[in-house]
Amino acid sequence: MTENAGTTLAPEKVEVQKGWGGQSVKRREDKRLLQGEGVFVDDIKRHGMGYLHFVRSPYAHAHITRIDVSAAEAVDGVYGTLTGEEVAALTEPFFQISSVPGANVKDYALAVGKVRYVGEAVVAVVAETRELARDASELVEVEYEPLDAVVDARKAQEPGASVLHDDAGGNLMWSGLYSWGDIDAAFEEADRVIEIDELHFHRFNSTPLECDGALVEYNRGVDQWTLYTNNQFPGFAAIMMGPAMKVGLDKLRFVTQDIGGGFGNKITSHPQLVVCCLLARKLNRPIQWTEWRTDFHLSMSHGNERWFHETKVAVKNDGTLLGFKTKALDDAGAWLRYEPLGGVIWAQVTPGMYRWRHIELEFTQVATNKAPVSPNRGYSRMQHLWFTERVIDIVAHELGLDPVEVRKKNYIRAEDMPYETPNGCVYDSGDYAAMLDKALELIGYDGIEQRRVEANAKGKLLGVGIGSTLDSGTNNFGQSRLINPELQFSGNNEVATVKLDIFGEIVVTLGTTPQGQGHETTAAQVVADILNCDVDAVHVRAGHDSYWNSHAGFSGTYASQFAVTGLSAVKGATEMLRDEIFKLAGAVFGGVPAEALELADGGIRIKDNPDAFLPFMACGAIINANNAGLPEDLDVTLNCRYVYRPPFQVPDVEKKFGNLTLTYAAQIHVAVVEVDPETGYYEIVDYAAVDDCGKRINPQIVEGQVMGATAQAIGAAIHEVFEYDEDGNLLTPNFYDYHVPHALDMPPLATGAIESPSPFTPLGTKGMGEGGGAGIHAVCAAIQDATGVPVKHSHNPYQRVWEMLR
Amino acid sequence: MNVSVTVNGDTYARDVEARKLLIHFLRDDLDLTGSHVGCDTGNCGACSVLVDGVLVKSCMMLAVQADGSSIETVEGLADGGEMTPLQKSFNEHHALQCGYCTPGMLMSATALLRDNPSPSEDEIKKALQGNICRCTGYWNIVEAVKAVGK
Repeated sequence: MTENAGTTLAPEKVEVQKGWGGQSVKRREDKRLLQGEGVFVDDIKRHGMGYLHFVRSPYAHAHITRIDVSAAEAVDGVYGTLTGEEVAALTEPFFQISSVPGANVKDYALAVGKVRYVGEAVVAVVAETRELARDASELVEVEYEPLDAVVDARKAQEPGASVLHDDAGGNLMWSGLYSWGDIDAAFEEADRVIEIDELHFHRFNSTPLECDGALVEYNRGVDQWTLYTNNQFPGFAAIMMGPAMKVGLDKLRFVTQDIGGGFGNKITSHPQLVVCCLLARKLNRPIQWTEWRTDFHLSMSHGNERWFHETKVAVKNDGTLLGFKTKALDDAGAWLRYEPLGGVIWAQVTPGMYRWRHIELEFTQVATNKAPVSPNRGYSRMQHLWFTERVIDIVAHELGLDPVEVRKKNYIRAEDMPYETPNGCVYDSGDYAAMLDKALELIGYDGIEQRRVEANAKGKLLGVGIGSTLDSGTNNFGQSRLINPELQFSGNNEVATVKLDIFGEIVVTLGTTPQGQGHETTAAQVVADILNCDVDAVHVRAGHDSYWNSHAGFSGTYASQFAVTGLSAVKGATEMLRDEIFKLAGAVFGGVPAEALELADGGIRIKDNPDAFLPFMACGAIINANNAGLPEDLDVTLNCRYVYRPPFQVPDVEKKFGNLTLTYAAQIHVAVVEVDPETGYYEIVDYAAVDDCGKRINPQIVEGQVMGATAQAIGAAIHEVFEYDEDGNLLTPNFYDYHVPHALDMPPLATGAIESPSPFTPLGTKGMGEGGGAGIHAVCAAIQDATGVPVKHSHNPYQRVWEMLR
Repeated sequence: MNVSVTVNGDTYARDVEARKLLIHFLRDDLDLTGSHVGCDTGNCGACSVLVDGVLVKSCMMLAVQADGSSIETVEGLADGGEMTPLQKSFNEHHALQCGYCTPGMLMSATALLRDNPSPSEDEIKKALQGNICRCTGYWNIVEAVKAVGK
């Protein structure tokens, strides 16, 4: 690894796991979830609460000329309404992450003066029942003056194109040139320059089964809101909402328990939460908002649609990759709710898994009259990694080489780790070639030629495809400065508290907002190992409460990091508690030094005299309720808070250089498909997913994440798409039209794992869970292998394959 | 309109709007929030319950249509806190993550196993095709149901 200003990571000592860590401990969340005793946001009720329903725009682009809520407000049981005009008077526009021109966009919680996509919230109506709120919404009169819609991002900057945000002076939101190495020299050195006109990554998202929602209460006496919500990144929501509402963060209390899936799609609900807050105050009653499925599809967190134009790849005849140049065009939709961070997040994985050193990418993000994009599992890296994988297979196709061999020739090697990428990111560990071998073995690659013959005999075309992703985790938020040098974000953090309570209860609180990742279980495993106690003796509080003192600026569950940030915080807090227990016991036993003591059987004892035993219950009771006579200088509270802060530097903004994420979990998927050349219908007949996320605290939970990501990939590759007509109407606004896979759609799956511990994290773990992009590519590559036609789209429904074969 | 139903052995009588869906009646009027809503269109199955022994998506039925019936929901599966073999198998096989689809999955699988105590893998998949899960990819759910089959 070369030394560089932005990259100064010292490997941590990796501890060998023993005890609970590394075991597939059964999840402790399950008992309540299996008995219908979970608490999801829509389960929460309050006396006198009002149900909120949004009136939404039927137009993709239109001026609002008149709003009349009087008929709705006159209905018995309707509590009140909120319009964009009121929002503009009561709040500031949301803070924009972008530099100009995107920085000039004025984004409010409801549409003000203009609508910019079908489904945009225009008015909120609150009533006694869900049904009444919905009915009364029909009585709200909104007059529009329709404008031309921009639907195709490729036409957004054409002269005469309709402009979404006049304040931004056009539809360009953000652009930046990334250039590392010497791409022109690479083209000189190359035997061949492979050109690809256009590659297209489609618009979809993970459609968590529970839609967004909140129950918001306003405490007028202390001017404070409590938001029971399923927002998955309260740290971000608070940063967005506080300045907009002109209140400090102590006025916004975020509480979650169970969340019905998130996948990044529940990060940007801050506009709706602001509406709930304003109405709770205006109407002086709790506000209940649960998004309908159609509302979710129309308006929430679509994944970034991206094109790659004029790609040129410098290669040697033997398949050695030297570099590439491309123009990425990203469709932000109507608002920059988390964007344009997608314009830098991809750079965490700039070279993919390969050793090319000369890379130039011109990134452009434009606004269109479609739902705003926001993070979706694999956020922005998935698009870029799909692109790099497509390049590998198209190059192999053009050169007549084996895609397996091209990969192996160019993979970053195990002995290169830690590997510094051309843009200063540091891949911590991994062995991609070994992963590929394992994946190929799992699908029986040795016998594949025979299977091709057999498939041909029944009139089918068999194809094998490889896809890989790097699930970069633990963001360095300093990367936001590559988007906007004025931003004052950098590093990352997460917090946990661990205490010993009066009856000896070991109580843990987390800053995270799990949506099925099993944090209560894995956190308990880490605590039990350090305190040398039974895992069932550890109580991890369900969910998140920003008033628990376990809330940090970046708290939440997003971007593949719990196993690093969350569990390192748990480890830090538990070690503090352990040290305090030693101190307390030393004092109680009359000055026994720590090295003479040991933790065992739910307490602490003197090694040479096991009868001198202080159970945790006694420790908790002494400190909390029976502390007279303890030495004055005994600095023990048995209530320990630790904030884990990963070792990051601020990246070099000029060179766009530095370490953007701490860990790099890796996925290699292999799909085998059989295509019917008559119809284009194809079936995945075999599938293997190999994952390496360093040390696994709970292998079963890790495998569950791998499976789930795989299923979402298969859905996205074949079925799922947010498709719009030319007027900007979403054609897939519900599960009738937006087909997500069901049980019968799932192919046979073999999973495999290798463990390359991260040298940079306290437990050797890596964040994981977002590796689904590998599967999207594996399907594309398998179709290409079967048909012999280069695949240019990430979404390949049967009709497209049929067209490819004509 | 007056509706009287038995849910998990308890009888409830309520005055409800004629258009109220059974799922909203269970969740909002009876506070039985174990059954969930995941779509507007009858596709996701998170609201699946048994009405007089028949598997029903309770968002596709009005509360008034359930008048006089006996309903089973996820809250009624465990007997005095002792989970059923199916529930235990879901835990054992890691057949749930966020847990939002799980009540519907359990009710669909319960209906299947009553009808067919030894289902094949294909029969299990067919029986669960009306239930969407976005977390697990179904593999572990199918394994969990298979393991309970005789």
